[in-house]
Amino acid sequence: MNLSTIAWITLFAPLVAAAIILFVTRTSKPLAAGLAILSALITTTCGWTLFVKSAEGVYHGFNWVDFGHSLAIPFDLALDPLSRTMLVVVTTIAPLVFIYSIGYMKEEVGYWRFFAGLALFLFSMLGIVLANNLVMMFIFWELVGVSSYILIGHYYHKDSAADAAKQAFLVNRIGDFGFMLGILLFWVATGGPEGGTFTFAGINHPAPIFVQNPALLAVAVVLIFCGTVGKSAQFPLHVWLPNSMEGPTPVSSLLHAATMVAAGVYLLARIFPILSSSPEASEIVAWTGAITALGAGILATQQDDIKGILAYSTISQLGYMVTGAGLAVSAALPMFHLFTHAFFKCLLFLTAGSVIIGMHHEQNIWKMGGLKGKMPITFLTYCCGMLALSGCPFFSGHYSKDLIMACSWEHHRGIFWVVVIAAGLTPFYMMRQAMVVFFGKARSEHSEHAHESPLVMTIPLILLAIPAVIAGYPFFEHTFFHEIGSLEEPTGIPTFVPQVFLGVFLAGLALAFLLYRNVEKDPIRIPFLENRFYIDDLYFWIVRVIQGGFAKICSFVDRWFIDGVLVRGSATLVWTVGFALRFLQLGNIQAYALFFGVGVVGLIYLLLHVR
Amino acid sequence: MPTLANYLIASGLLFATGLGVVMLRRSIIVIFMGLELMLNAANLSLVSFSRYGLISGHQNYNAQILVFFIISVAAAEVAVGLAIIVSLYRARQTTHVEDLDTLKF
Repeated sequence: MNLSTIAWITLFAPLVAAAIILFVTRTSKPLAAGLAILSALITTTCGWTLFVKSAEGVYHGFNWVDFGHSLAIPFDLALDPLSRTMLVVVTTIAPLVFIYSIGYMKEEVGYWRFFAGLALFLFSMLGIVLANNLVMMFIFWELVGVSSYILIGHYYHKDSAADAAKQAFLVNRIGDFGFMLGILLFWVATGGPEGGTFTFAGINHPAPIFVQNPALLAVAVVLIFCGTVGKSAQFPLHVWLPNSMEGPTPVSSLLHAATMVAAGVYLLARIFPILSSSPEASEIVAWTGAITALGAGILATQQDDIKGILAYSTISQLGYMVTGAGLAVSAALPMFHLFTHAFFKCLLFLTAGSVIIGMHHEQNIWKMGGLKGKMPITFLTYCCGMLALSGCPFFSGHYSKDLIMACSWEHHRGIFWVVVIAAGLTPFYMMRQAMVVFFGKARSEHSEHAHESPLVMTIPLILLAIPAVIAGYPFFEHTFFHEIGSLEEPTGIPTFVPQVFLGVFLAGLALAFLLYRNVEKDPIRIPFLENRFYIDDLYFWIVRVIQGGFAKICSFVDRWFIDGVLVRGSATLVWTVGFALRFLQLGNIQAYALFFGVGVVGLIYLLLHVR
Repeated sequence: MPTLANYLIASGLLFATGLGVVMLRRSIIVIFMGLELMLNAANLSLVSFSRYGLISGHQNYNAQILVFFIISVAAAEVAVGLAIIVSLYRARQTTHVEDLDTLKF
């Protein structure tokens, strides 16, 4: 089998599995799970084969749109160092989550629907990874949106889940609109109908018009970045991600930690050459990321839902990745953090799922407590994930996050301090979660009778804990990233900077330890943070007042002007004229003859005298 | 020798008489006769134009041929019109136009 065939199998295996589950093996639970996992394992094998053989190049499929020279959109797969690394991340995590789902979803409704959704999601994500042009990426981008909609809304009979799914889809649409405009702007700028291109190779060479107008380039890049803001849940479009925790936990783990939200960062790495050639756009990207990292970190400290904390920490870490892209150092910088984060965040979500199952679907951390003895495997793997996320030395997150922060020192001091403060918040909220959930006394009956999850769930945890610890080591860094770009420590960093990183890590950890030791309820209550900066309320207000008001005006215009004046008005006019003319119907033949005669005379007059 | 003007005046008087009959009389048969009078007034003027309007010394026979057409069409029209009047009388027992006002609003 040549590499091209393998690449196509990688992409389409999950789609085939999803179709079979949907149309053929609906009722059978083991077949649904088996097919999905089989397809995931196929993608893993193929993905690793492509990586090991360093497949390189563009594999042509077919022309999706073909109008000759003026507009051709081929459906091609691109394999380069970047997509190979991403392929490995996605295809390694996916089967673990799929296997874990067997245990998690055992008692749930819609079992086959769930696995079909997972397979469809994997297909869409692989499409993003392998896409060779922006249009193809956009299509799969939307497919990811659709499949995440299906998965988040899995418990669609619950209003909150249905709303969350709808919100995730709609908020993403806002970002995608900008993304679409950006694609079109790039197409027009590279020549439009005369040789315009959508391919990444094409747009990453600055078009002449962009060289002359740096402002236009910045606009184009920021428009593409809108897609990232939506998909990677950056401020101000982050609201959908915490709400999307309504979906089953494996979904949160797969979609909202390791793959779907990473698509936005992957997009930035894809367009990195053009992004880094526009300083203004890079600045906007970096600041958006930094603000998101800090804001989400602050919000995470006051969440009570075990998955809510992880959701905000995901947003915060995505902020780091976006900052890393905006620093314009190297495409490997955000990708390295994406790589490590994928493993430890996936692990954290799966441990959270394990806790939730052990607690009989209780998600409030203040109902938990003292679980470390009852769920030892979950506890130990959680610790690995938590330390990696917090940036503890010798854990994976330490390497990638500190590298981003060190690079930001060189780039911009403001961004540096923002992300350092956010880095101090990370160990604080993670330690808070650990202290409340695993230490102390049991706070409810469920936590007293909690039990360890079955093997099908704990084995993926253990398998994920290993990369969560070691994925940042120089061996991995070299294997996966040296071809994408350099990950050199920036020179000229003062020696106190690494000490600052260690300092904020220890400070956050110690503070949380002191504050949350043996507490019954949260000692700190800040309504402003519990209510998520009131941003959600602001959006609801905007939707209700501005959009609702606009709808009312439209309705008024429609009802009174369009319907009243134009539609009914014209009908009334015709009726009135007809009514007036009725009085000419005298029923007298001689009167008609008179009208006729007058009419003829009038016509003759018109013909002779009026030109 | 009468001139063209004499003929046209006679034709105009005939037409005016016919028009007056159509406009003023009440009996539908008399109105019908007025219509015929107007047609024949038109015929008279056509024939006189033909007689006096010479083309390179010859009469213009086109007008006379048109007159024959009018006479034959008028004959057909009389047949149809009288048939309508007869069936109208059978249905309504009247030939007075005041009584035929069903279309009045």
